[in-house]
Amino acid sequence: MNKFAFVDCTTVDQALAELKDGAVIKAGGIDLLDLMKDGIVTPPKLVNIRNVSSLRGITASKDGLHLGPLATLSELAAHPEIQRDYSALADAAGHAATPQIRNMATLGGNLTQRPRCWYFRSSDFDCKKKGAGSDECHAHEGENQYHAVMNNSTCAMVHPSSTAVPLLAMNAQVEITSKRGKRSVPISEFYVPPEKSLINETVLQTGEIITGIFVPAPESGTRSAYQKYGEKESFDWPLADAGIVLVMEGERCRKAAVVMGVAAPTPIRSQAAEAVLTGATINEATARAAAKAAMQGATPLSQNGFKVQLFQTAIYRTILLAAGQMQRDPSAIG
Amino acid sequence: MSDTPKIEVSRRGFLKGAGLTAATTVIESASALARDAKEAMQPDRSVGPDAVPVKLHVNGQEHTVTIEPRYTLAETLRDHLGLTGTKVVCDRGSCSACTVWLDGTPALACMTLGIDAVGRKITTIEGLTQGAEMHPVQVAFVKHDAMQCGFCTPGMVMTCAALLERNHDPKLADVKHAVSGNLCRCGTYPKVFAATLDVAQQHQRAAYLLTLNPAKEA
Repeated sequence: MNKFAFVDCTTVDQALAELKDGAVIKAGGIDLLDLMKDGIVTPPKLVNIRNVSSLRGITASKDGLHLGPLATLSELAAHPEIQRDYSALADAAGHAATPQIRNMATLGGNLTQRPRCWYFRSSDFDCKKKGAGSDECHAHEGENQYHAVMNNSTCAMVHPSSTAVPLLAMNAQVEITSKRGKRSVPISEFYVPPEKSLINETVLQTGEIITGIFVPAPESGTRSAYQKYGEKESFDWPLADAGIVLVMEGERCRKAAVVMGVAAPTPIRSQAAEAVLTGATINEATARAAAKAAMQGATPLSQNGFKVQLFQTAIYRTILLAAGQMQRDPSAIG
Repeated sequence: MSDTPKIEVSRRGFLKGAGLTAATTVIESASALARDAKEAMQPDRSVGPDAVPVKLHVNGQEHTVTIEPRYTLAETLRDHLGLTGTKVVCDRGSCSACTVWLDGTPALACMTLGIDAVGRKITTIEGLTQGAEMHPVQVAFVKHDAMQCGFCTPGMVMTCAALLERNHDPKLADVKHAVSGNLCRCGTYPKVFAATLDVAQQHQRAAYLLTLNPAKEA
């Protein structure tokens, strides 16, 4: 790692005051240290917000779920009200990384971790995402079995945040604070596709901190689930993952949200799949049809055609899991 | 059997001895820095990038170490405090060999900065033993032969011991879930599960016996 200065902050104001001259925020530190050890980022200063107590905590109230960005993935996964009313979020937080990492990694950090692409993550490669004058995407011509299968023509990276998937399905809001004040961004607008910016993956600007995540309370009859599939049984990055929210009225699905995590450079909703489910009875046939619709228009690269099928399986099985018609898949990453 | 006198030199002992001269220099410069307490780590005060004295609470004792902010807790424990029980394998949070407890919770020493462990209770594998007495999980690992090359073992033991701290009656699925991030290339998992479940059963038996004859507790 490069040498850096370190400042331990206890309030948001202090942290904001320190965010200058290339200083970066450190919360759980998992992704940041990973990037620094590999020389991908070399910040001159770390602003430690891990001890800012106002950024901690999980409150489930009538209007919804108020999440401090320092809530750890373990805390989210173990929270009884999240397990009961926002189960896809508990599923996603509880199946990310390893138990040890979940004890350390924060929700804010999980949402803002840098993308997965082995060319981006290797200091041996320049690419257009890293700037530095290169306009290449090595994944397009090179090894791309884990890369995006949709919206991948500019840059084929994937955003690996597990929690972003259910949060997008649940219409969460991200509260962002800077010296200028606060703004609230729907998570559907939080991630920035590579066509808009190759450098920034989110709308977070320099000098801004995530100070809260709000999930509106679910309508009555809401059921949700999240599952992810990878190469290993445990501790693996997803190759395909699905977050499903269904608002049921008896047998009929009144509203549906179908979100895919690592299909594209940002987590995406599939309106096509949601249209299949909305107004329909949830059964194997409609779940399959929705899964198929979600992958319409996929543009797999030379080595990742299998992800198109894997996503259909993930979506189909997770719809049925959310509807209570199927058990958690033992072949999903647990 | 052999007439050759046994020379008690371990590889680690030799390396430690060889490093003594260099270590002395470090200690001297450390105490020089420690004299200037104003330089020490405190909230809202920028420190580094050069070495700064920090107080770490390790295995029930307070230690002052002089470290650069970029030193990980794993490096600090091993290189500055001589606590080499904590192993570093991947140094990227991918294998959990460096698992320690921070305030009683399993965490990765390789992905924690030493300076960020200030104010937290750090427990390492060395802290699990009570004097010469091994922790029940360590005893069970020996009994069940739950190690081969042994490199993942300290992290594995820390994870299993933490599981038993929070769940006195874990099932096989709980143990599997707890160690799902602890990679063992030798494949000792079945023995790790058996060892951990054995300790749990001993706990249960002891608790049951106490209900039969509570007077014995005293």
